[in-house]
Amino acid sequence: MIILVNLLGLALIALIVWWFWMAKSFTRHSAANVVAAEHDLVAIDVENGVYTPDTIHVKKGKTITLRFTRKDPNPCAEMVLLPDFNTSAELPLNKPYDMKLTPEKEGEFEFTCQMGMYRGQLVVE
Amino acid sequence: MNTHHLALTGISCAGCVRSIEKALNAVPGVTKAEINFAERTAMVEGDVTIDSLISAVETAGYGASMLNLDADGNETDMSEKEAVEQAHYWILIRRFIVAGVVGAALFSAALFDWLPAITAKYGQFSWGMAAAITLFVMYYSGRNFYIGAWKAFNVNNANMDTLVALGTGAAWLYSTLVVIAPSSVPSLAQHAYYEAAAIIISLLNLGQALEMRARGKTSQAIKRLIGLQAKTARVVRNGKDIDVPMEDVQLNDIIRVRPGEKVPVDGVITEGHSNLDESMITGEPLPVSKKLDDDVVGGTLNKTGSFLFKATRVGKDTALARIIGMVRQAQNSKPPIGRLADTISGIFVPIVLIAAVLTAMLWFDFGPSPKAAYMLVATMTVLIIACPCALGLATPISVMVGVGKAAEYGILIRNGEALQTAGKLTTVVLDKTGTVTEGRPSVTQIVATAASNKDTILQLAASIETGSEHPLAEAIVSHARENNTTFSTVTDFNAISGLGVSAKIEGQTLLLGNRKLMNDHNIDVSSLNEDFDALAQQGATPMFLANAGKAAGIIAVSDPIKADSAHAIKRLQAKGLKVVMLTGDNMATAAAVAQQVGINDVLAEVLPEDKANNVEKLQQGGEVVAMVGDGINDAPALTQANVGFAIGTGTDVAIESADVTLMRGSLHGVADAIDISLATLKNIKQNLVGSFLYNTLGIPIAAGILYPIIGVLLNPIIAGAAMAASSVTVVTNANRLRFFKTKSKMESSV
Repeated sequence: MIILVNLLGLALIALIVWWFWMAKSFTRHSAANVVAAEHDLVAIDVENGVYTPDTIHVKKGKTITLRFTRKDPNPCAEMVLLPDFNTSAELPLNKPYDMKLTPEKEGEFEFTCQMGMYRGQLVVE
Repeated sequence: MNTHHLALTGISCAGCVRSIEKALNAVPGVTKAEINFAERTAMVEGDVTIDSLISAVETAGYGASMLNLDADGNETDMSEKEAVEQAHYWILIRRFIVAGVVGAALFSAALFDWLPAITAKYGQFSWGMAAAITLFVMYYSGRNFYIGAWKAFNVNNANMDTLVALGTGAAWLYSTLVVIAPSSVPSLAQHAYYEAAAIIISLLNLGQALEMRARGKTSQAIKRLIGLQAKTARVVRNGKDIDVPMEDVQLNDIIRVRPGEKVPVDGVITEGHSNLDESMITGEPLPVSKKLDDDVVGGTLNKTGSFLFKATRVGKDTALARIIGMVRQAQNSKPPIGRLADTISGIFVPIVLIAAVLTAMLWFDFGPSPKAAYMLVATMTVLIIACPCALGLATPISVMVGVGKAAEYGILIRNGEALQTAGKLTTVVLDKTGTVTEGRPSVTQIVATAASNKDTILQLAASIETGSEHPLAEAIVSHARENNTTFSTVTDFNAISGLGVSAKIEGQTLLLGNRKLMNDHNIDVSSLNEDFDALAQQGATPMFLANAGKAAGIIAVSDPIKADSAHAIKRLQAKGLKVVMLTGDNMATAAAVAQQVGINDVLAEVLPEDKANNVEKLQQGGEVVAMVGDGINDAPALTQANVGFAIGTGTDVAIESADVTLMRGSLHGVADAIDISLATLKNIKQNLVGSFLYNTLGIPIAAGILYPIIGVLLNPIIAGAAMAASSVTVVTNANRLRFFKTKSKMESSV
């Protein structure tokens, strides 16, 4: 019994590590919430602690508009920061906010709320 | 027929598109409905109202809101934002009360044995009711946590919601298992924890409500700036005054401003004069007198006279609009000091989850009986006490208040990095002209040789300088104009950088400039040397005039030192900063000015292009250098410095060019900016240290580290209270910065 419970605990830890860290890169690129910005506008919902979609593929050098619609009145959701682009915005509630960006560098760039709880990623290719 | 644009939500697949299209087309009056799946927008044509379209989409099970494409919908309407926040505040308070009342009742029931024991008669029924009521509370007051946790989980993310949902969810599930099948756990572990779940949810809602209130205050500075914007302007059109909404004010409109009114946009006075209160923009407390051709700034207050002015900058181009934009941007930028906290808060929640599992394992392996109960309580407490929010908020919330505070003083800090570096400065380099001095030089003395006279010297010097744009030249020319001097025709004008000018009048070569220029042309100035040195030692800038190879005299221009320069420099030195003056002026003049303001280190006769090199040299000596200059001529040096301060007088500053822009001409702004930066950094450090300590001490205590020592295990309800209090504390601490006063303010208010 003791061994079983301990094994269960270790398995749970392994699951946590796998799901929140290792699986992240794996699912991010295949899940439904990944959007390739073929158009020059991507709508992003800000609700319940997540950006939907949370991974956006964009082309290098192409100007893209991220249209954030914040539906979460919680103050956490109020700000969106893109530190790599030196830009940020205060999102109005239930009203789309357009943010224009022209990524000049390839790579993965995070966008987050002020506290880093809401997290999304801009993949520049 | 109208065209409406809708922003759609809840669309996840192409199937949704079809059902929304169907729903929109079914609305009477719709002639065309097109949906853009990628953009999640709909374009609808027809004789319909936007409300009917939105409700049709909502009936179909999706969300829609109006999309205003032509207007710039990005400017947050503050009053609307406040109304939304206010409404949400009361929702949180209601959730707090509902969960709190239920939690308190359950708590009392457990404490005073109001309910029978679970295994007693009616025990399972009574506790089953408690389970149902708690479930209702979890839905009513806490569903956001569960939804958020689930959504985050689906995208391999974990956040605060995850912790709360797991902590309270585990409590409810365990308790309900005990109620349904009491025999599945030992009799000592037959205890329900519904009250803990309810009270924790209640406290977290209260914490969020308080945090929201406190956060509202952090943006007061920006609210104040936005509030400065006028709503209408009185434009003179066809000889009539018409009140026009701000967005309709055009460039070159002539606008009338009466006493007590706000100046609506930026412009130049075309008629009349007045005194304007510009304190809201520049921090300068005294009203500024304005006359014909003077600039006025939108948002400032007209005190006495009535005047007309021509709009030169409207809409997003006004100084106020740019200031608002810059403050907003800076408020959301993070100084490097916050990066570690960012990294940690990014991986924080999964680590806490692992800690919670380890806690459960340790209690199972080494804990006393009843193991199940101890495991649950310790694990739940670990999950609840951990607060990633406090850690994540520590830096940005202080930056927000600090940058806003600076704006109140007419100090615009570009970003968090500038804020942090401003606190580490060791050397401040001041440009002389326009920074230490007023930057408005005037002719103070003319010395003539026996062979010449003062009028001739002024006449010749002014004639040469009409072609020059140098501030010293302008001083000479305007002095000549005031004396009704007639100007001669000048040919072969040549400005020699760092030396002076040469030109020809009626075939004669004239030289105007410093001693080096005279030496280069082998002109004997020995008879004038004494006067020259005496003038320089008074802080004036003397220039030799030579006519046809002979010294004719000296014309001295002096730039008055700003009244508060000496005091401000003393403040900088009192902070332990080395103050250096940098100037293109001659050594004697520079030394004289330096002495009057108490500066010991002077770099004189520096060519404009060498200013940046001098800054670099100081940096190579290990100094962290601030350069203070006018932002236009000194731009390369400002960029080279660790922190560039552009010192302006009012609005004509290129606020994009420097790390810190001082809207007011006073050097106190530099000291104030450093004061505010230091205070903000201190605040950030308090927040960071506080939240690091809170988590690194709180989690082990919650896990039960004190139990083997003093037999104490933290109550999960207390953990909930601590967690709710921690982020409120961080925000409240940042808010203390709002009451910060710099030395100059304290002295002026005494």
